[in-house]
Amino acid sequence: MIAFILRRLLQSIIVMVAVAAVSFTLFRFVGDPISSMVGQEASIADREALRDSLGLNDSIISQFLRFMGDALQGEFGISYRLQMPVTELILQRLPATVELALVSGTLAFVLGLSLGVYTALKRRGILSNLIMTGSLIGVSLPTFLIGVLLIWVFAVELRWLPSNGRGEVVALGDWWSTGFLTHSGRLALILPAITLGLYQMTLIMRLVRAEMLEVLRTDYIKFARARGLSSRAVNFGHALKNTLVPVITITGLQLGSIIAFAIITETVFNWPGVGALFINSVRFVDVPVMAAYLMMIALIFVVINLIVDLLYYAVDPRLRVDRAAKAH
Amino acid sequence: MAEPLLSVRDLVVEFPTRRGILRALDRVSFDIMPGEVLGMVGESGAGKSITGAAIIGLIEPPGRIASGEIRLKGQRIDNITPEAMRKIRGKRIGMVFQDPLTSLNPLYTVAQQLIETIRTHIDCSEAEARKRAVALLDRVGIPAAARRIDDYPHHFSGGMRQRVVIALALCAEPELVIADEPTTALDVSVQSQIIEVLKDICAERGAAVMLITHDMGVIAETADRVAVLYAGRMAEVGPVREVITEAMHPYTAGLMSSIPTLTQESDRLVQIPGAMPRLNAIPTGCAFNPRCAKAFGPCTVERPELIAQEGGRQVACWLYDEAKRREVPHV
Repeated sequence: MIAFILRRLLQSIIVMVAVAAVSFTLFRFVGDPISSMVGQEASIADREALRDSLGLNDSIISQFLRFMGDALQGEFGISYRLQMPVTELILQRLPATVELALVSGTLAFVLGLSLGVYTALKRRGILSNLIMTGSLIGVSLPTFLIGVLLIWVFAVELRWLPSNGRGEVVALGDWWSTGFLTHSGRLALILPAITLGLYQMTLIMRLVRAEMLEVLRTDYIKFARARGLSSRAVNFGHALKNTLVPVITITGLQLGSIIAFAIITETVFNWPGVGALFINSVRFVDVPVMAAYLMMIALIFVVINLIVDLLYYAVDPRLRVDRAAKAH
Repeated sequence: MAEPLLSVRDLVVEFPTRRGILRALDRVSFDIMPGEVLGMVGESGAGKSITGAAIIGLIEPPGRIASGEIRLKGQRIDNITPEAMRKIRGKRIGMVFQDPLTSLNPLYTVAQQLIETIRTHIDCSEAEARKRAVALLDRVGIPAAARRIDDYPHHFSGGMRQRVVIALALCAEPELVIADEPTTALDVSVQSQIIEVLKDICAERGAAVMLITHDMGVIAETADRVAVLYAGRMAEVGPVREVITEAMHPYTAGLMSSIPTLTQESDRLVQIPGAMPRLNAIPTGCAFNPRCAKAFGPCTVERPELIAQEGGRQVACWLYDEAKRREVPHV
């Protein structure tokens, strides 16, 4: 078990270094940050001086090593555009994105799982067929379109929900601000959370349904029924647990992409999260912010993958033994 | 005569398909006495497993019991509510499936599955259920049962898993156990052990067994009586010795003579010409008539019903109907 975790950790580190290298070198070519930082009147000498002071004239290798060294200490330099420490910038924006992702992730998982189970158990029901047809919309409509449609219906026509920003936020401690505690904050969460979570929800739902139907056909479910276990015990105790093994992987990866795809939703709803920060940074070739953002997303994916692997262990006893047997 | 434990009368099971309704079972009737082992034989697709599934109320939809009756100790069980049927499953009728490798839920320990089943049917504490489970595993021949009970199914070999399956089927002390080809998926070397365990433990508890198999050897060693199914219809029922040594129905006779024996000195195995008809193309009259060497007049016209014979035997064949034979004197 410990050997397994260590091995996975090592793999994770390699992945992180690779991502760092890719993001770093990639951003060397996206444009010249100097031109967006200085006015048009700046002389060539001024530009050179700025370039020097930012360390942009050093070799790529030494720049990368400096970047890595700083990154290890959570230090991603100063934003070219905002002249603020990048880490601070991201931390400031992170609560908005994390809260949005958590709400839509939970929404997607809970609804996806229950609808998936429902449609699998009531395969021929009218409601199931309606849900399945409806889910096609979720799968096929692009996120920004769903967002715009929701804004049009609920914000413009019905005027029920806000379409813009986070509402009022309350500071929790020094570095976290939450929208959960105010009425306007909770209202503001609804539309973006649905927009962001809809695709993931339909995906999870369809996956759960397919897996569940597969499991319900197996012999051990027939045998469980033949032993007179209640349909509750058969469906939820035996079938659902077996369904969860593949669902966990996908759901974990989906949570990662919810955070990554928040970029689009945040832009549509003018949500003050890291995604919006990233988009603005791209526009201004703010390399330190972009690099830090990519590193952060990579880290989130790596951590989620690690958790998914550990959950596998918890759910499926066969994995535990295969490892143990190899060790003998 | 004592009251039968299980009584099946004119059971018809149908599967609606796009090309019409298929009759998987067509007016099947038989009894199982308390404590008796009834062997159910027939080719693949003859309806053996469907019979088992119908009795325990687990026919896969859209298949359904179209008519007929199934009685357990006189009480009808084919038309009761799903919840009432669920309480009978496991508690009064247990079932053992063919493949022990896939019959157990891989994510739960043997103990969890046994205790769950015991506590579903018997009102007892977790500790008590566990004690019963260990005793049962010990009885079905799992070595070091008290320790191995907390293992997962994949820790056990196929034969051991089938022992666990038998323990699971028997843990609420059912009066009837339906064993659907319990040894087909196992190594030959462990087949007889499993049959032995199943037979002994059922005899101990007075449970009757409906043993579904196409292995005539197993039937000969284990069963008290044997029922032969052909194309969803009962061909012959009778005490196992008599049916094996002097089969009455030509199909049974063909089936028996196609069993290889070590003492037999023939070069080729006898086989019945042709193949069992598909369910959508069952010939009129006797379903076996196109393959039957002894077919005569009425066989292609009218379906023979089971006729009682001496020694508690029944056969569905016009050869044993004196009136029909007289009608067609040239036979």
